[in-house]
Amino acid sequence: MAVATQDSAIRTGRITRTLIYLVLILFALFYMLPLYVMVVNSVKPLSEITGGGMMSLPQVWTIEPWQKAWSTAQIGVEPTGLRPYFWNSISMVVPAVAISTVLGALNGYVLTKWRFRYDTILFGLMLFACFIPFQIVLIPMAAVLGFLGLAGSTAGLVLVHVVYGIGFSTLYFRNYYAVFPTELVRAAQIDGAGFFQIFWRILLPSSGPIAVVCIIWQFTNIWNDFLFGASFASGDGAPMTVALNNLVQSSTGVKEYNVHFAGAILAALPTLLVYIVAGRYFVRGLMAGSVKG
Amino acid sequence: MGFLDIDNATKSYGAVEVLHNVDISVEEGEFLVLVGPSGCGKSTLLNMIAGLEDITSGTISIKGAPMNGVHPSKRNIAMVFQSYALYPNMTVGQNITFGLEMHGIPKAERDAAMAKVAEMLQIGQLLDRKPGQLSGGQRQRVAMGRALVRDPDVFLFDEPLSNLDAKLRVDMRTEIKKLHQRLGTTIVYVTHDQIEAMTLSTRIAVMNGGYVQQLGTPKEIYDTPANLFVATFMGSPSMNLIDVAVRADGNAVYADTTDDKGGKISLAFPTPSAELKAFDGQTVKLGIRPEALTDIDGADQRSTHVERIENTVTVTEPAGSDTFVTTTIGRTECVGRMRSDADVAPGKAATFAINMEKATAFDPKTENRIA
Repeated sequence: MAVATQDSAIRTGRITRTLIYLVLILFALFYMLPLYVMVVNSVKPLSEITGGGMMSLPQVWTIEPWQKAWSTAQIGVEPTGLRPYFWNSISMVVPAVAISTVLGALNGYVLTKWRFRYDTILFGLMLFACFIPFQIVLIPMAAVLGFLGLAGSTAGLVLVHVVYGIGFSTLYFRNYYAVFPTELVRAAQIDGAGFFQIFWRILLPSSGPIAVVCIIWQFTNIWNDFLFGASFASGDGAPMTVALNNLVQSSTGVKEYNVHFAGAILAALPTLLVYIVAGRYFVRGLMAGSVKG
Repeated sequence: MGFLDIDNATKSYGAVEVLHNVDISVEEGEFLVLVGPSGCGKSTLLNMIAGLEDITSGTISIKGAPMNGVHPSKRNIAMVFQSYALYPNMTVGQNITFGLEMHGIPKAERDAAMAKVAEMLQIGQLLDRKPGQLSGGQRQRVAMGRALVRDPDVFLFDEPLSNLDAKLRVDMRTEIKKLHQRLGTTIVYVTHDQIEAMTLSTRIAVMNGGYVQQLGTPKEIYDTPANLFVATFMGSPSMNLIDVAVRADGNAVYADTTDDKGGKISLAFPTPSAELKAFDGQTVKLGIRPEALTDIDGADQRSTHVERIENTVTVTEPAGSDTFVTTTIGRTECVGRMRSDADVAPGKAATFAINMEKATAFDPKTENRIA
């Protein structure tokens, strides 16, 4: 009986392989170092950090810094912790992501399947939105929000992020729908489906992968945004990022590094979660076999 | 006035006219095939009938009602696309009934219609699957089911078989033909495959460059092609076109050329027309189909005008059912279709029988057939 051998095009010896893994592990460790520092220092008492043991594992494990960061740290006037600001962020991110994604999908649908004169120029102009630096629009945006009576409100922030996000979401969906078979749309037209029926029943159910990409992108950007949050939200309405800044930058009392680390991790958790939950849908080829195979 | 009337229809994109004054009238129950090379405008014409492209000028009417500007879903047509265009997110059953649902037909009726179609096409066991789980032939059936369930006035097929492998294509071709014979529906079918066109149609419109080159039954198209384009496009291997000198001698007209040794060949036209006689002394193109250039035993026994010539065989291509033989007549390399067991070998001489009843002559200037 012939022995099956594993001959691959690229032959790597045991030593090469060990070396490759060593280097990779080294790089991985290097990249993980900040996370290690954050986690380790968020679960030790402040005295251990100020004592100089920044890199060492905690001698006394405690979740007290986390509790403090979440519910009792002094951020605004009241010692509320990050909790209310966390909900501020959620109530800003969810509608902003949802609206900008749906609008981007609609735009992509129109720009690819309902072509009109100068649609490419329009698309090009929309792309510009992706390149406008945040700082430039601060003052005009403030004026617009004031004019609309949305200044300082969460709704105002949602509007800002939707407007800013449409450029990206349109880009994603337009490019995705550009290769979506137009024959499907034509078949649906003959079947008697209208503009929105085709969108809801045919295109959107097939847009899983790109919707996930768009949601991850939008969620990360909007959640992590600091500038708009700091500029357009007031006091108690501030999002998580602004609150975290206020926590860390507070000039009174002792700097509680362990609480700061816990707060920073809390602020980063939702985006991490989105990546972990939605990331696996990334690879699913939902369009497989729609046309010929 | 026919069932489906295409009356002087043109299509332009900006200043470019891609379809020129197309006039076709299709009777109820007819199977019209639009055939032509890529870019000849056949798919554009089909899309105009479907309402997916608007009509620049002229009218297209179905059952006497003009369809210009009428929405595709209100024309009572159904279309089978080249890529099948099955909705990937829906099951086969949902795919088939989607059109009915959009037209507001109640669920019970939809299910009954679906069951009927599923039985007709034998796709009952596939109804709960997604298109991605089907083979090419199954998808093809589902696509036809989606068209059938609507019970439309006109079926439109846009190269429905071109994505299938050779064997399946032949099977589905027969299936479509059976379906047409059983249901007697009106079909407009686009293809670039001349064999599909010949086998399926009751009438063919051969198109090229945005013009309908010839409209006629498969037999008319094949036996009396209107011009050189139709002659060479239809038939495989394509028609041999030999430059011959026309010589009128009293009532008889001869086509003079040479064999491959330079010897003179005179082929008599069986029923020469006055038009052909008028070409006396000029060169025309003589069109001979491969099956009209064969061995003596393979020649049509009922033909009254079979000419025999001795010529050298250059290449033989045994195809199983026939043997294709290449030989040079005049300056043209010609392909003859002989019986599979004909006694021929490359480099050796053989006797060729030319059935002059099936020969056609073309004016080399206008490229039109000389009546």
